[in-house]
Amino acid sequence: MTGSDDMPEDGKADTDNRTARSGFFTLSRRSALEGGAAIAAAAIFADASSPAKTATAAQSAPLPVASDQALTISATINGQPVAAEIDARTSLLDLLRERLALTGAKKGCDHGQCGACTVHVDGRRVASCLTLAAKIEGREVLTIEGLSDGAALHPMQQAFIDHDALQCGYCTPGQIMAAVACVAEGNATSKERIREYMSGNICRCGAYVGIVAAIEDAASKMERG
Amino acid sequence: MQPFTYMRPTTAPDAVSAFASAGADARYIAGGTTLYDLMKLNIEQPRHLIDITAIAGLDKIETDGDRLRFEALAPMSAVATNDVIIRDYPVLAEALSKAASQQLRNMARVGGNLLQRTRCMYFRNGADGVYPCNKREPGSGCAALRGLDRGQAVFGTSDACTAVSPGDFPVALVAMDAQLEILGPAGSRTLPIGDLYRLPADTPHLEFTLAPGEMITAIVVPKTAAGRGSTYHKIRDRESYAFALASAAVALEMDGDQVSRAHIALGGVATKPWRAPEAELKLAGQRLTPEVALDAGRAAFSGASPGKYNGFKVELGARTVADALLIAAERSRS
Repeated sequence: MTGSDDMPEDGKADTDNRTARSGFFTLSRRSALEGGAAIAAAAIFADASSPAKTATAAQSAPLPVASDQALTISATINGQPVAAEIDARTSLLDLLRERLALTGAKKGCDHGQCGACTVHVDGRRVASCLTLAAKIEGREVLTIEGLSDGAALHPMQQAFIDHDALQCGYCTPGQIMAAVACVAEGNATSKERIREYMSGNICRCGAYVGIVAAIEDAASKMERG
Repeated sequence: MQPFTYMRPTTAPDAVSAFASAGADARYIAGGTTLYDLMKLNIEQPRHLIDITAIAGLDKIETDGDRLRFEALAPMSAVATNDVIIRDYPVLAEALSKAASQQLRNMARVGGNLLQRTRCMYFRNGADGVYPCNKREPGSGCAALRGLDRGQAVFGTSDACTAVSPGDFPVALVAMDAQLEILGPAGSRTLPIGDLYRLPADTPHLEFTLAPGEMITAIVVPKTAAGRGSTYHKIRDRESYAFALASAAVALEMDGDQVSRAHIALGGVATKPWRAPEAELKLAGQRLTPEVALDAGRAAFSGASPGKYNGFKVELGARTVADALLIAAERSRS
C-alpha cells in the first residue's frame, strides 16, 4: 500500500507537476487510482488505534444483501481486525478489493488458474478468487499491502526490483506472495524446484527468468534472516 | 451466481443433519476449488452450502499400523508432503504434488478432490454458453462427440459423453485398492474407491454413487510392499500445472527381477479412474524389460476407442505406462 510519505497530501502537488509539464490539466488513470487507493489506505490505517472503527471506516458501501444470504465475518487482515457484513457469494478477493480497497491482489482469471490473486491465509498461500470470504472467519490474512515493514521493503519485493522480475506488473503482487510462501515451505532450493512450485503463477509478459532469479536471491537473504 | 445460504456446522453428524434439513439443493463444500469455480460459471447452482471445514478433528493423517488413513479434510498439500507417504508410497505423494498449484493444494482437501468434476471444455463453457452438454443439461446433446475431442476420453465413453475424469489422486487410489469411509443420513459405510465412480452411459450427469447427504469422511489405503516400488507418471501439454493427457499410477511387488504383482491405473484417458487388469495380468511372473513394459502398456490400451483428434492418446498412454513401470521397478530395487 502506498504510504503517506510518497503521496502528496491531497494529490494536488502531483497535479501541479503535470500541469507545469504539459501546460494543461491532466489526470492519468494511474494517478487517479493511486489517489483513490491512498485515500482508502488512509481510512484503514488512520484508525488503527481504534480497531472497532477500522473496518467500517475502510469499507465501501456494500450492495444490499437479502438477510438469509448475509453473513458477518471477523478476521485479521494485515494485522488489523476487520469485521464486515457480506453476501455469502463474496470471494475473499472481492472482499479485499471492492470492500477494503486492498487492490494489491489482482483479479486475473477469477478461476484459480493464474495466481494473480494469491494471498496468505494463516501463513499458507491460497487463491483468494476461489476462497469464499466466509471461510476467513477467525483467520489471519496477509496481502501484498502487509508484506513490507513500514517503508522497508520485504527482501522478496526488493529482489523483484533488483532482478527486473516484471514488465507490466499485473501478476507481480501474486508472484511475490507466492514466492514468499515458496521460500517458507522450503521449495526454493533450486531453479527447477522454484519453477515447479511457482507454476501456479502465470506471467504473460514472460518475466520468468527474472522471477526465478529474484526468488533465488531473496531466499538466501530470507534464510539468513 | 445464484444466491445461497451458508452454514458452518462443527461436527460431521451436525453437517449431515443440516444437509437433510436443507433439502435437494444443498451441497457440502470443503476447499471449494471445484464447486465455487463451477458456481461462478452457473454450472453448479446450490441454494444451500454446508461448509464442512469447521468440523474439528477430521483432517488427521495416520500412517501407523497396517493401513494409511487420510481424513477427508486433510489438505492435499499436507498429504503430499508427509514424510512417510513420500518415502513409502511415492505414487500417492506424486499424484497429489503433480496436481494443481501449491495455492490450490493448500485449499483443496483430499476428500473433495475425489469429487472433482471434469475439465471438458464444452462442459465448462457454462450454463450461459452456446454448446450443449449432457452432463450439464441432461438430454441437450454432446458437442464434444463431433467437436474438438483432443482432450476427451478413449475408455468408458458413451454416445452421450466422452468427458475425462480429471483427477490424479483418485487414479493412484484406484491402483492401490483404497476404501472410503462414508457418513450419511442412513449411517456410515465403507466403499471401494472404484465403486465411487459411474460410467457416463446415458446418464452422464450422474458421476458418483454417493446418496444425497452422504459425505466422504476418510480414505483408507491398505499397506503393501508395492508402495515403495511405485510412481505416478503424468504427461501434460506443459511441464507443470496442467491436467494429464495421459497418466499412469503403477506399483510393483517384485521378486528379484520378476514382477509378482502389478497395480496399474490410468488417468487422463478415461471417463473414470481406470484400472488396467489386462496389463497387470500380462506382467505377472515376467522379468521386467523395456520390451515387456511396452507390451504391458499396449495391453492396457488394447480396448481403447478414440475419437477424431485424440487417437494419439493410445500410443502416448501405452508409453506412459511403460515408462512408469520402469520407474517403479527401479524404485523397488532401492
